[in-house]
Amino acid sequence: MSKGKMLNKKGQGSKGFSLSLSQQRAGLGYLFISPFLIGFILLFITPLFQSLLYSFSNLNVTSTGYTLDFVGLTNYNQVLRVDPNFIPSLITTILQMVTKVPIIIIFSFFAASLLNQKFKGRGFARSIFFLPVILTSGIILSMETSDLLLSSAQQVAEEELTAGAMGSGLQFLQFRQLLFSINMPPMFINFIVLAVDQIYEIVIASGVQILIFLAGLQSIPLSLYEASTMDGATAWENFWKITFPMVSPLIIVNSVYTVINTFTSPDNEMMSMIQSTIFSQSKFGFGSAMAWIYFLAIAIILAIMSAILLKLVAKYQQ
Amino acid sequence: MELIAKKSVNKNTNHVTIQERFRGIARKGSKLTWSFVRFVIIFGICFVILQPLLTKFAVSLMSEADLYDATVQYVPREITFQNYIDAFVGMDYAATFGRTLALSLIASVLQLASCTIVGYGFARFKFPFKNTIFMLVILCLLVPPMTLMLPLFLHFRFFDIFGLFEMMSGKPGINLLDSLWPFVLTSIFAQGYKNGLYIFLLRQYFKGMPVELEEAAYIDGCSAFKTFYKVMLPSAVPILVTVFLFGFVWQWTDSFYSSLYLSDFKVMSGGLGSLAANIYSSELSFISPALTSMMNNTGTILVIFPLFVLYLFAQRYFVESIERSGIVG
Repeated sequence: MSKGKMLNKKGQGSKGFSLSLSQQRAGLGYLFISPFLIGFILLFITPLFQSLLYSFSNLNVTSTGYTLDFVGLTNYNQVLRVDPNFIPSLITTILQMVTKVPIIIIFSFFAASLLNQKFKGRGFARSIFFLPVILTSGIILSMETSDLLLSSAQQVAEEELTAGAMGSGLQFLQFRQLLFSINMPPMFINFIVLAVDQIYEIVIASGVQILIFLAGLQSIPLSLYEASTMDGATAWENFWKITFPMVSPLIIVNSVYTVINTFTSPDNEMMSMIQSTIFSQSKFGFGSAMAWIYFLAIAIILAIMSAILLKLVAKYQQ
Repeated sequence: MELIAKKSVNKNTNHVTIQERFRGIARKGSKLTWSFVRFVIIFGICFVILQPLLTKFAVSLMSEADLYDATVQYVPREITFQNYIDAFVGMDYAATFGRTLALSLIASVLQLASCTIVGYGFARFKFPFKNTIFMLVILCLLVPPMTLMLPLFLHFRFFDIFGLFEMMSGKPGINLLDSLWPFVLTSIFAQGYKNGLYIFLLRQYFKGMPVELEEAAYIDGCSAFKTFYKVMLPSAVPILVTVFLFGFVWQWTDSFYSSLYLSDFKVMSGGLGSLAANIYSSELSFISPALTSMMNNTGTILVIFPLFVLYLFAQRYFVESIERSGIVG
């Protein structure tokens, strides 16, 4: 606070010696983001380097603190070449993520377009769509995934659904056969079937993404649509020529957010594995090495994904 | 001649109107079909979201006998509140509620304050390395909390500011665990759970607000800070409520940080995790999974009920903040 006021006074007082207006604004800008900068240095970068340090050493907690013995790459070697569980679960987590993210993005875009239309009870539908953001987070989610009755109830519901639809030929397996018989590529079919199978997880995981897409849709000026409709564009053309290009930067934002969210959610297999290694088994250096490999894997995937998406979006917007 | 011409014109116009009428009917029909399809889709998704909640609620009202009865689906045979009474005692609900409320309120209000200030800084000021620093905000979101878990734990276990405390007392730092300090410190410095997301959302909202508002305030002689809290904050209430809601709820249900920093200070998430074991372990040597599940469902309802009430009040702002923020990449 005081620094900003000082800057202001200086600026207004002696004109010859004062900072220029833009310099003043820059100073104020740094002042405003200073909480983040301090936190970033003290509570982010410092622990990050410490954890890198731990991953290269053996850490022993003693009564008066802790001691570090440098052991080089031993921990990494252990994680990558000795531990039987790490690599398989890393690969499953990544594969799950790769299939889940496109489904979530498509679903949330679809849901946002639906919620952006005018209809009766829109406010109500919106509040229900965002309910999972509020009610299915953290401990609730992990309780749910381990819950027996709930999953069995869902199974019963599914069985009833398929049993009821048996006569009408809309059974799930037949749905798959239908897709096969119209000569869809198998990859595509698996994708759709997976999406239908996991609908609950998808809906639960896409609350914030719907929010971001919806805000993007709202920010498109209506006059654009009016003008193009006057020129004879159909709703379909409007969608591909106006809506999609205007929202496409948000696809990157949302993909990045979704990847981060699925990778760092506490119900993730890898996350619980690392946590139990560090706290239940007290293998501090080993766990830190795991965390670092996991982090690097995320970073690489995100880098590849955003590079591809940036190119696609740039190409589309030209 | 003229008559004939007139007739033909008449015929022509008639023809057009009929065509148009057909088109109008077709348009109306397709509109109706679409609104029906839309209703079905939205209803379906709402059902998918609400079904587990309703199941949980139904299960929490069941007695043990209902669990094993195959004819009981969703609606319990006779409604009993025994589960709630058990869970209430088992979680020490009133006291836990108070503690969790204090923790969540403190953390979310501080996070809201720091993230708002930082978000405004990013939205409205030009300074060197701004984009680089903003990338760092995203980086904070990106690093899994697991990576930072151990150093932060040790940091707060042996908390010290540049070794000052050790110099004065000879002890290796202050133990800040089992207090609210870790949460207060991380929140003040915008390093709490998902604070990068809040900064991002707030920045976008402030960016979407008209600059003229502030310019007018500057011309009237307001300082940057006065402009910020007199002009910008009042018009940002919807997004502020949204971020507060996120912060509060995610702190309320968070089990990661609370289990990391707190062991004797019991909060909801910890209580819920060990609820079934707490209640039944004294009576039974083997706890059936169905019983555990019933208790967990009851506990879950107890934990999310306050959140639900909060959401009922806040959702108006929540939806409004979407309508007014112009989030564009």
